[in-house]
Amino acid sequence: MADNFYNEVLLDHNLHPQHLHELSCATCSNAGLNPTCGDSLTLHLNIEDGVIKDGSFTGVGCAVSQASADIMLDLIIGRSVEEAKHLCRLFGKMISGEITDDELEELEEASALANISKMPARVKCATLSWKTLEQMISEIQAAE
Amino acid sequence: MMSSNYKSDFPVFGAYKDLVYLDNAATTQKPRQVLEAVEKYYREENANPLRGLYGLSVKATDAYENAREAVRKFIGAKSTKEIVFTRNASESLNLIAYSFGRAFINEGDEILVAISEHHSNFLPWQILAKEKGAVLKFLECGRQGEYTEEALRAALTPRTKLFAAAQVSNVFGRINPIKRFAEICHENGTLIVCDGAQSVPHMPVDVAELDVDMLAFSGHKMFAPMGIGVLYGREELLEKMPPFLYGGEMIEYVTREGATYAELPHKFEAGTVNVGGAVGLHAAIDYINSIGFENIVRREDELTALAFGKMQEVPYVNIIGGESAVCHSGIITFTIDGVHPHDIAAIFDSDNIAIRAGHHCAQPLHQHLAVQSTARMSLAFYNDEEDIERFIKTLSTIRRRMGYGG
Ligand SMILES: Cc1ncc(COP(=O)(O)O)c(C=O)c1O
Repeated sequence: MADNFYNEVLLDHNLHPQHLHELSCATCSNAGLNPTCGDSLTLHLNIEDGVIKDGSFTGVGCAVSQASADIMLDLIIGRSVEEAKHLCRLFGKMISGEITDDELEELEEASALANISKMPARVKCATLSWKTLEQMISEIQAAE
Repeated sequence: MMSSNYKSDFPVFGAYKDLVYLDNAATTQKPRQVLEAVEKYYREENANPLRGLYGLSVKATDAYENAREAVRKFIGAKSTKEIVFTRNASESLNLIAYSFGRAFINEGDEILVAISEHHSNFLPWQILAKEKGAVLKFLECGRQGEYTEEALRAALTPRTKLFAAAQVSNVFGRINPIKRFAEICHENGTLIVCDGAQSVPHMPVDVAELDVDMLAFSGHKMFAPMGIGVLYGREELLEKMPPFLYGGEMIEYVTREGATYAELPHKFEAGTVNVGGAVGLHAAIDYINSIGFENIVRREDELTALAFGKMQEVPYVNIIGGESAVCHSGIITFTIDGVHPHDIAAIFDSDNIAIRAGHHCAQPLHQHLAVQSTARMSLAFYNDEEDIERFIKTLSTIRRRMGYGG
């Protein structure tokens, strides 16, 4: 079962994350914690005029949480905050198994994590970065 | 002795022929002998015990009290008054903290807890200390999980009311010298509370010999059903402790103004008790006795040595705690460089091997050792050489399956 979700996309992002680093130009940072795995992750974004110009994450965690964060950043950098919010919703739908094929395509590489829905104990690992992002966006929007 | 004989007692291995179960420190599987005893009780002897004035209730009461006697004998207690049935080790430890703690721990008193304790033998003391303004202190262990007598002596002060320590750590698998600790504590006028959750199922434990003041353990970790546990307490101590939960069965006489409480051990057993669980525990004790601890210990030591030796040969695998197999009675906690323990457990699962990953309810210890989380394999006597082989085979493939070359 597990081998299905440790696919190449996930393994590659875990071993060679592009976005695992500090971000000196960050305009905001949020920490997320998954106590069951002991994953802790901080998301850093540089947002200008409602667009995510750059982003990174720091922290430690299991392959699922690390790869998911890296894939998410690939997907959202260069997009608007509204688009990122939409993708978070889609990711949630994918994990709960309610996503349509068209929507799955929008998630691009993140669709490699679809099988996580079959491992309930790991869902929190996969959604950690996305939940952190959602939280961050809602705090930003509430402050506006 | 052929190990396969033992597995055939456990129906789960018939249901899942391919299962390698190496999470025995979390809970053990249940033998047919236990399942049948519980079923027989519910089929033929079930009634509300201790209060019914009719034959069937007497049967239920006897079943329950016979189980208590079996436990007494199993751990060498003087009297069945010293055996309180609870839900599990956690409840037993909480009972002590609530009842003994609230009555006898005062501001400025000290409670000493071993750093490797399970949260169940740590949080009740932390909360109690906060409530009472008492001081919670830790006895630190070395890298191999060892505690020294000198460190214990140094940590005890005239104000130390109580020392809480497991006989076997659920992370290190190391056997702590509880008998010596009890002597040292008693010289200091300190009570010793022993968490036997990982020792009672796997080795002979005799409270008179160890001379501990209290001992807690869980039935489900020793082949009995979930939901039955034991608190042993020295009679004089239990006698002066106030009740823990209030309700039916634990009273003698109740008026509008007050109540007098039932005799030990019923004082601590409010409400309808878990007779089915107690019957299962009784059957589990009989089962253990029928195999014999000499065989159980020998078998578990053999398997531990086999697993430990082979694990040491697997590159990138780091074993936590003792550097020799004898320090790991049935429990081997480890990490693999570059692979998170939850990923380790998931890969084992894909090969139908059940192990545990996380902090094993011992976060202060993980902080002390400066590791985030770990993976743990834990044995019982019914495991066999083939289980260990399969475990090692998967262990050797994990880095490759996580994308590392070579
Ligand atoms: C050393 C130790 N103490 C206490 C416990 C708690 O046992 P239970 O969950 O049955 O109360 C465990 C089991 O996880 C344990 O390993």
